[in-house]
Amino acid sequence: MQDLLSVENLKIHFPVHGGVFKRQIGAVRAVDDVSLTIAPGETLGLVGESGCGKSTLGKAIVRLYKPNGGRISFQGEDITHATQSKIRPLRREMQMIFQDPSESLNARHSVRSILEEPFLIHGIGTKDERKKWVAELLDRVGLPSSSADKYSFEFSGGQRQRIGIARAIALKPKLIVCDEPVSALDVSVQSQVLNLMLELQQEMGLAYLFIAHDLAVVKHISDRVAVMYLGKIVELADADSLYRNPRHAYTKALLSAIPVADPAAKKERILLEGDVPSPINPPRGSAFGHRMKHPLYEQTVDKDLPLTEIAPGHFVAADPCCLTAEDYALMS
Amino acid sequence: MSEILLEVKKLITAFDTDNGLLRAVDQVSFDVAKGKTLGIVGESGCGKSVTAMSIVKLLPQPAGRILEGEILFKGKDLVSTSPEDMRKIRGNEIGVIFQEPMTALNPCHRIGKQLSECFLLHKGMNKKEAWEASIEMLKLVRIPAPEQRIGDYPHQLSGGMRQRIVIALALACRPDLIIADEPTTALDVTVQAQILDLIKEQQQKLGTSMILITHDLGVIAETCDEVVVMYGGRVVERAPVLDIFHNPRHAYTKGLLASMPHMDTPRKTMLPVIPGMVASLQNFVHGCRFCQRMKREGSVLRERPIYKEISPLHWVEACPLCVEGL
Repeated sequence: MQDLLSVENLKIHFPVHGGVFKRQIGAVRAVDDVSLTIAPGETLGLVGESGCGKSTLGKAIVRLYKPNGGRISFQGEDITHATQSKIRPLRREMQMIFQDPSESLNARHSVRSILEEPFLIHGIGTKDERKKWVAELLDRVGLPSSSADKYSFEFSGGQRQRIGIARAIALKPKLIVCDEPVSALDVSVQSQVLNLMLELQQEMGLAYLFIAHDLAVVKHISDRVAVMYLGKIVELADADSLYRNPRHAYTKALLSAIPVADPAAKKERILLEGDVPSPINPPRGSAFGHRMKHPLYEQTVDKDLPLTEIAPGHFVAADPCCLTAEDYALMS
Repeated sequence: MSEILLEVKKLITAFDTDNGLLRAVDQVSFDVAKGKTLGIVGESGCGKSVTAMSIVKLLPQPAGRILEGEILFKGKDLVSTSPEDMRKIRGNEIGVIFQEPMTALNPCHRIGKQLSECFLLHKGMNKKEAWEASIEMLKLVRIPAPEQRIGDYPHQLSGGMRQRIVIALALACRPDLIIADEPTTALDVTVQAQILDLIKEQQQKLGTSMILITHDLGVIAETCDEVVVMYGGRVVERAPVLDIFHNPRHAYTKGLLASMPHMDTPRKTMLPVIPGMVASLQNFVHGCRFCQRMKREGSVLRERPIYKEISPLHWVEACPLCVEGL
């Protein structure tokens, strides 16, 4: 099957200016050499700590950022350097849902005008058709049709996120990039929104890039999961095998840090010291090996640590600091 | 039974609004034993933070006030305590950890100054002693290179480090009780694990009691001895932590536990949901508010269910439709 989206060696760097003349003195390597694919109808989960570059990657895919290197292709078409006029029609096919619906919905527009806007931008339908479609969209995401003439601030957080979802599915896209869509919601509302997203995926054959930091939520909704650390993907695998048999030390630490909702459960926790290092001046070798002060760190300096297939469909960075000796031996 | 440190009895806290006086906390009762952790869990707007802020009397002024009830801290009623005396208790005998460390810290003062303040105000130390005690506190919360960090401003630190400073502030005067309002919600899981371990360790070392407010049931399971579940400004269930997770009795607690995806729920299946949403404060009925959410009708909406102990230490709001086998 042809991939819906494929990203190869993508780099997004943000310049850092300083000094008297505000010359560029460095770059934040927000996304550094990332490759991934998403098949039609698939959900790829993307997890990592704050500042690891997961949101930047999501925005770069819908081309809200200009890549500094690498390639993004959507439905076989190279969109890495596509101009605004070329990107516009493609936005019908790929949409985005943001974390905070109170900020991503214009408070001065009624729900009707928020939901009509995608149709207007792309010049689709007559006034009556649009009215009908808005009613259908509201119905689809479980809001009463009377909501159309209200404003976004009149709704609760969960309802607002439903409006955000309605806007994203308005043009029947193929891919939706969801940036922390449920993190701002309460537990009971979160499950309602997750169920809605799963239903829509089945009905419309949507593919999701689901970015979140809640690992249990990501596992629930994803087919495959990618773990990002300091701008790089360190592990990518089928959701079940990633959670059951994580290979990379960072993935193991992340999973062990999740609080388990069972007071009787006894578990071993791998405590991480310190924070994620700054992406302005990242360590020259294995970034996670550096955080752990691993004895093999010196070996990785200035070396490539490519994602390598360790088991069918299970990719992990070939990093001697972060793999067990057996796993590392398997790769070389 | 261990000694009771804090006892909250039928607390009612209300806010003056354009729609009249609204009760955000409606007859809430619980107690905290010495050295134990009580978790308060519930969704936004359930009154958990207002309950906590009522205890330390940091309610938004002039709108918020305590209408009725007693808050007995070491046998002394805090409701009738004067603002001057409250100031002596806060930070000294009761420490508070707020959710957002950036708003809890003053951006214009160095960390050292903010930490020393507790010692200068409450412990009568001189500046030099206070500064040294502050460095000790930073060591306690495992801030690397504390002698240098103490001269930093809050914006120079990462989120996890800032939250450590807020914890250091709360612990500085060795309080008997810590109130932690969503202490790790703004943090990554890895940092959350560090912070929770730190809080637990200090609590054991110093024998401090804690009230932990969160919406994360995982955090509750890992840190608390007893749990209070709040809905619509009321306590719907209260029990030791094992009972809450293994033998929940109220339909709301059950729904909350079921709607969370677990590591072992089958992937891409529909999660059980609690239908509807929380009514707004002015629309709450006098009767069972969870029945209101479930759109049930009849007398359950009119008569307030009795809050009673159904088995030892296990309390529920005994609505016949929400609690089976009454």
